[in-house]
Amino acid sequence: MNYETVIGLEIHAELATNTKIFCGCTTAFGDKENTHCCPVCLGLPGALPVLNKKVIEYAVKAGLATNCQINGFSKLDRKNYFYPDLPKAYQISQYDQPLCEEGYLDIKGDFGSKRIGITRIHIEEDAGKLLHEAEDGSTLVDYNRGGVPLIEIVSEPDLRSAEEARLYAEKIKAILEYTEVSDCRMQEGSLRFDVNLSVRPEGNSVLGTRTEMKNLNSFRALVNAIEDESKRQIEVLESGGEVVQETRKWDDVTGKNTSLRSKEEAHDYRYFPEPDLVPVVLEEEYIERIRKELPELPDKRAKRYVEEWGLPEYDAGVITASRPMAVFFEECVKSYGGDPKTVSNWVMGELMRLFNEKGAGAEDIPFPAVYMADLLKLVDDGTVSGSAAKRVFTEMFETGEQPKKLVERLGLLQISDEEALTGIIKRVMEKNPQSVEDYRAGTKKALGFLVGQTMKETKGKANPALVNNILKKLL
Amino acid sequence: MYHYMTVSELAQRIKKREVSAEETTRSFIERIEELDEKVGAYITVEKDRALKTARDIDKKLKQGCELSPLAGIPMALKDNICTENIRTTCASKTLEDFVPPYSADVYERLEKAGCITLGKTNMDEFAMGSSTESSAFKVTRNPWDDSSIPGDSSGGSAAAVAAGMAAFALGTDTGGSIRQPTALCGVVGMKPTYGRVSRYGVVAYASSLDQVGPITRDVKDCALVLNHICGHDRRDSTSMVVAAPDFQAGLEEGIRGMRIGIPSEYFGKGIEQGVRDRVTEAIGVLEDLGAECEEVSLPHTIYALSAYYIISSAEASSNMARYDGIRYGYRAKDYSDLLDMYIKTRSEGFGAEVKRRIMLGTYALSSGNYDAYYKKAQKVRTLIKADFDSVFEDYDLIVCPTSSLVVIRSGEKTNDPLQKILPNVNTVPANIAGLPALSVPCGFLGNLPVGMQFIGKPFAESTLLRAAYAYQQNTGFHKMHPQV
Repeated sequence: MNYETVIGLEIHAELATNTKIFCGCTTAFGDKENTHCCPVCLGLPGALPVLNKKVIEYAVKAGLATNCQINGFSKLDRKNYFYPDLPKAYQISQYDQPLCEEGYLDIKGDFGSKRIGITRIHIEEDAGKLLHEAEDGSTLVDYNRGGVPLIEIVSEPDLRSAEEARLYAEKIKAILEYTEVSDCRMQEGSLRFDVNLSVRPEGNSVLGTRTEMKNLNSFRALVNAIEDESKRQIEVLESGGEVVQETRKWDDVTGKNTSLRSKEEAHDYRYFPEPDLVPVVLEEEYIERIRKELPELPDKRAKRYVEEWGLPEYDAGVITASRPMAVFFEECVKSYGGDPKTVSNWVMGELMRLFNEKGAGAEDIPFPAVYMADLLKLVDDGTVSGSAAKRVFTEMFETGEQPKKLVERLGLLQISDEEALTGIIKRVMEKNPQSVEDYRAGTKKALGFLVGQTMKETKGKANPALVNNILKKLL
Repeated sequence: MYHYMTVSELAQRIKKREVSAEETTRSFIERIEELDEKVGAYITVEKDRALKTARDIDKKLKQGCELSPLAGIPMALKDNICTENIRTTCASKTLEDFVPPYSADVYERLEKAGCITLGKTNMDEFAMGSSTESSAFKVTRNPWDDSSIPGDSSGGSAAAVAAGMAAFALGTDTGGSIRQPTALCGVVGMKPTYGRVSRYGVVAYASSLDQVGPITRDVKDCALVLNHICGHDRRDSTSMVVAAPDFQAGLEEGIRGMRIGIPSEYFGKGIEQGVRDRVTEAIGVLEDLGAECEEVSLPHTIYALSAYYIISSAEASSNMARYDGIRYGYRAKDYSDLLDMYIKTRSEGFGAEVKRRIMLGTYALSSGNYDAYYKKAQKVRTLIKADFDSVFEDYDLIVCPTSSLVVIRSGEKTNDPLQKILPNVNTVPANIAGLPALSVPCGFLGNLPVGMQFIGKPFAESTLLRAAYAYQQNTGFHKMHPQV
């Protein structure tokens, strides 16, 4: 039997505010434990939360960028449960009246274009972090992250594969980056995914029993976890079993997904309206002002690249998927002044190759876009050959040095001196009499061989066009 | 000899330097040392700190500094008001050794005004109880009769003022916890409008009901202290941005033509006959002063106590959850794992009354029960508010008994928890509706004081104070003191 996988995603994104959601502590990452704390975010007796206005602004921005309806009236609620990383033993979140509802995003893939519904976006506070590294085996808690603002973006169960889930999650990431709502640093945990997944026989309209996997923090983990869980559920059904509603834990290291707690063990969060905060009331004017402030979003930008710059749709999609990439690309095009397609070819080829090799992204590029433009200009004016430029580019990615300096340091200046080249080519012809014979006898492809030998002799520095001309002349 | 002076009188003498702040403070501390073993009003007395602060005030006075009218006045604070570097226990084993690293807004304001903190007063554990007997540390006696309770839950603060062991005190009021004990101890207590005074740094019992207020000897002092504790605080989102008038300004304007509603529901079954009589006599005084008193109806009053019990317990169950032994406060000695630590810490740290309310509140909020209890209680809340709104269309304020009972013996308790809060039947509605309410002494039943309550429109504290002041100008009950 064929099965269909049904997936809904809950995406948690840390907002890029300077201060926490309910107090003035900094949200900076990576400092010494428990140094970004105060009575409010530590939940000391008598301390009260005060809502950070920037949090509302950012969440509304995220809502508008994902085509949500923004609720003029929403409120905060307490979600009660005990855990050492949660200082008040309740998380201030939003329950039945979230800030944003009923949005959508379009994703594009081999399947064409597909609309994914967004149920809601709400604001809430992050928890602290447990550290299990104490020497005596005890657990310590770092509350620096406690109270960092989050939005939770809940999708409809519209996703049907790991691929769709990845595309959707990437799109959300791009939008959050474009709107500067979140820095989406995944290695710092500022973007995390919860997967709700069920399977059903193809053609069946009733949803199967779902499981939930929490806190996946990379696209790779997202894809692997979905594939693994989907396979597991199908196997359970195939062997005549029943899927149990439960929370499961995905282990990135072992690549396995195991049961964490069953439905019976699930918390009763006892949500109720947070009495320490007043409801959030937003005027239409405020919402419209934020709508006007929205930047050009990835879809629109990609369309512009295709229509105005003639980029292939695929390339435009890849470049606009990450805001830092798109910004780098545009700066480079501007500085270069030539055909944007030349730039996009380099991005899609050389830059993507380096990203893949190093596991890097646009935010890791160690040189300004101007350097890349300069390098392309050096190719155009014949200072370096295309192949030498690739070596310069690779080196530039390592050291961040200026291309001109690198060309000199690596000795890759193209040889365009006719006299010097003529000498080298004569030597090459002497070494390869057979090829010379062949060419003269009419085997034209022998020319290519001789050009190659010349390039080899000059370590790629010879100007290929010139080599061609001289060779033809001598032959 | 200063023990029974009002704040206004003391302030005059300190300002004129007839007496120093240090002498005043020392005299109150001696009084505490002499009497508190019997009364049990204080959990913590800060003798050295108080005397040092007093000397600082005297120095400033000598230098001719312009100081606030409260400078050098010795006060007591209920032990759920956070005081930086002074232990704040909430009368609970859970916070027995808790020294807050920060101060409540009200404490900051009074410290800035130059008040001298004598110490922290006894209370029901986390303000939950009906007699100040649920304190983990001690029992507070009513200074008028040591076999009687001082009322809940700011009993320590009310007893301290009544026994001349503080010039004034602060209490907190969630369902009557200022008005109830001030009525039983024969002093003046006000619960301001919800949002009038910042709750920042006041350990929460039920966040949507809690409010801090003054406990004083007379109405004029009440206005004076209120002047110094109210005002918007951006650290408390429920603190209202409203202008605070000078509450002493209109005190003497009288009450001629003032329209006063007398709600029949507040004089009904369950109200001790003697209480009814004293309050009726007091209403006669108000009429003599020119007020127009008429019977009114607040029909949903009978549901107030049940709604209060559910809402306050629900919020309390969540507010108490942070006392898990992880970051501060009591932690059990032996435990096998995290869950065991939670269970033992909370079982050992909390007393019976707090546990009862946590369980009740948890039940009321549980899925499947929420609609039947919490949501329904919120609907009742709306109805009770509407009752008041409708009466206040025609009347300036409401007058009724404060506590329904006066004679409540120590240890005299039933096993029915609802029975225990019955004396609060008349105080709870003002919390539910967020209204200001004031209790003043209006006579005696045997040797025990009886309290009369004024309830007003939101932010109409001035009206309450004016009416109560007029009453006190024409009666002498507030000038009577217990023989401790």
